[in-house]
Amino acid sequence: MHVPDGFFDATTSVGAGVVSAGAIGLSLRKAADDLSDRLAPMAGLVAAFIFALQLLNFPVASGTSGHLVGGALAAVLVGPWVAVICLSIVLFVQALLFADGGLTAYGINVILMAIVPVAVAYVVFVVARKVLPKTRSGVVTASAVGAFFSVPVAAATFAVLFGVGGTIDLDFRSVLFAMVGTHVLIGIGEAAITAAIVSAVVGTRPDLVHGASALHTPLDVRTTVPARPDLAA
Amino acid sequence: MRTNVRIFVAAGLLLAVALALFVSPLASPEPDGLQRVAVDEGFDDAAVDSSTAGSPLAGYAVDGDDRGTAGAVSGVIGILITFGLGTAVVGVLRVLRTDEAESVSTSA
Repeated sequence: MHVPDGFFDATTSVGAGVVSAGAIGLSLRKAADDLSDRLAPMAGLVAAFIFALQLLNFPVASGTSGHLVGGALAAVLVGPWVAVICLSIVLFVQALLFADGGLTAYGINVILMAIVPVAVAYVVFVVARKVLPKTRSGVVTASAVGAFFSVPVAAATFAVLFGVGGTIDLDFRSVLFAMVGTHVLIGIGEAAITAAIVSAVVGTRPDLVHGASALHTPLDVRTTVPARPDLAA
Repeated sequence: MRTNVRIFVAAGLLLAVALALFVSPLASPEPDGLQRVAVDEGFDDAAVDSSTAGSPLAGYAVDGDDRGTAGAVSGVIGILITFGLGTAVVGVLRVLRTDEAESVSTSA
């Protein structure tokens, strides 16, 4: 769903850039609260793995392909805040080095392929996990459901943004239906790939899966900022 | 368990590199969902070349060659760069936060 330069007018591109910068800034602040020493290499791995998976376009209908976005995968593995950072890095490298997704469209792409899919996937994942059994397969299923919904909602977001600030005036409903229709199919692929990978990681290293933390809480070691005796005096 | 997070990450990176080398040449060359809709709805002409379109790796190629190994190699380069950036950005966050915590605890 990488948006090239030229699809959106300057106002919308700049506005999207501001929104993206705010969301990335918030994610950096929130991610800094997690002091686990495994977070940095896991963030690197998730970014690199999603970059690799985005090379793998799968056919979805005649003359159409799709690839993983990775919002659900990243959010379940490293949590939603680090997920937004990972996906923003993937999009940055793709735009800067590979000319995949425009440079002026970077903010739009961060909204469509980082913020919206991570937010949708994670909210759906958390709700589904509450309903489903507290087992590994419950976590895998919840990941798949989150993954499935994240893609068409991002596609609908594109249609809304294009209606607001697209450089070509088109019937909003026509673009919306075309985008959602195509991306429901891609969402099925997204769900399958996400489920396969979450299942593999939960099966081997459940301790490395943020979204599976409810399955293994015997050792919960945290670091906290010590109270300041000078303020208590 | 903590010590072999490195083994896990290394294994994951190897798998990502293997996907780029051996599976990405088999990826579907068809337009993706957005490109398809852009063509069908008639806004594909609005796309303009990115200002990075002339870069050596543009289009997942190496110097304009995206066939076979060149495409796979550009993918591996991207994997290593995203891994480095992801590790560095979150690693720096952790260092900054640790410094903050230490400066609070030692200021007493």
